[in-house]
Amino acid sequence: MIPRYQKVLFVILLIAALGMGFKLWQLRDRAHKRLLAGQTIAPTAAPVVAPAEQATLVVANDLDNSLVPQVHSLPLPADPGARARAVLGKLLDLYAAPESTHQIPGGAASVDQVFLLAAPGARERGDQLAVVNLTGTFAASHPAGLEAESLTVLSICATLRANFPTITEVRFLVDGVERPTLAGHADLTRTYLTSEAAPEEGTKP
Amino acid sequence: MRWSNPTTALFLVLALRVPAQQPQQAPPPSTPSPRFVVVLDAAHGGDDTGAHLSSGQLEKSANLALSVRLRSLLTARGFQVVTTRENDTFIDLNRRAELANHANAAVCITLHATESGSGIHLFASSLAPANPTRFMPWKTAQAAWETRSLGLAGAVNSSLAHAGLTVTLGRIPLPGIESMTCPALAVELGPQRDADRKVSAEPDTPDYQAQVASALAAAILEWRSDPNRTGARQP
Repeated sequence: MIPRYQKVLFVILLIAALGMGFKLWQLRDRAHKRLLAGQTIAPTAAPVVAPAEQATLVVANDLDNSLVPQVHSLPLPADPGARARAVLGKLLDLYAAPESTHQIPGGAASVDQVFLLAAPGARERGDQLAVVNLTGTFAASHPAGLEAESLTVLSICATLRANFPTITEVRFLVDGVERPTLAGHADLTRTYLTSEAAPEEGTKP
Repeated sequence: MRWSNPTTALFLVLALRVPAQQPQQAPPPSTPSPRFVVVLDAAHGGDDTGAHLSSGQLEKSANLALSVRLRSLLTARGFQVVTTRENDTFIDLNRRAELANHANAAVCITLHATESGSGIHLFASSLAPANPTRFMPWKTAQAAWETRSLGLAGAVNSSLAHAGLTVTLGRIPLPGIESMTCPALAVELGPQRDADRKVSAEPDTPDYQAQVASALAAAILEWRSDPNRTGARQP
């Protein structure tokens, strides 16, 4: 025979558990909506009114498998996430150009969003994790191959490191979800360390 | 411990007895022939088609064709060759590594093809070299073989260059070979280009594949006879 006070306690705990579950669901839903709203209001291109600044783009070359830093002047917004997106957009614009040595169609619009988060386990140092959300169109049109895909991933990581020294880790999403590979070869499930991608002048990865 | 099932107990007794009888039935020990196993891993297969080459062929078919060609050359030179696939089937990356590791391979080569870049792209894993331990993490097991994979890359690089082929070397994350416990490389055939950067041979051109296969076979032969190459299995 279960004492009455235990039955009452069980019911109270059950109600509390259900209540907390409901609240958690609400918070998750609210966070998701906030994220989507943030994505909608984020600028799709660097504002022309922003002052032009110099940015270092680490550009890939398929012919000799190299990554070469190049300095470009472009208008950059103040918000770090939008700034990172503008820098990567410029990099992908270079790749979409007809004379590019690493041809990828799509250009700046291929970077849907860049989220900057505190790097796990290194909050006190101020290290950041950049989550780069690419478009599905970009991944679908990317040339398939170990070299081509790796150069794209490494040039993005190295460009982020060159312009945002606090970014130590990079993860990739495609259309907001994790994807096994970029176009069948480069692993997108792992966290890339920018220190491993940054080249010396004109070096090979 | 109490055996509730008499059959289980009987099997246990038999299992314990069999090893004791084996030495009496086995033939006199003979000197084992040296094994030098080469694992050829034709990437992709089945629904995983890989790249679409300019010639219209799929990467998985070009990889398999090169694997078959290289296997013939190596077998003719007395190597024991293990292939991860012999037909158009999908093999999981983990299964490929399992096959290579069970083969106790001295060389593991993953074959790819692409329509971008120029010449042959050689890749070793970008894992930092590590000292071998008794139990190695599955996803970074290659770290203990990294130094010798780089040595193998050097041998393959010089052989390909000697054959007049354009080669680029690099170290990148390679999930396909990072679980392999053997000196391992990824070899990607890009199109052969002339001085004007025009394509002179596609990755699936038979003559081009034959030239690459011959150079790879020569490199592995040289690697086997290299006095600086230490024991095949243990790093």
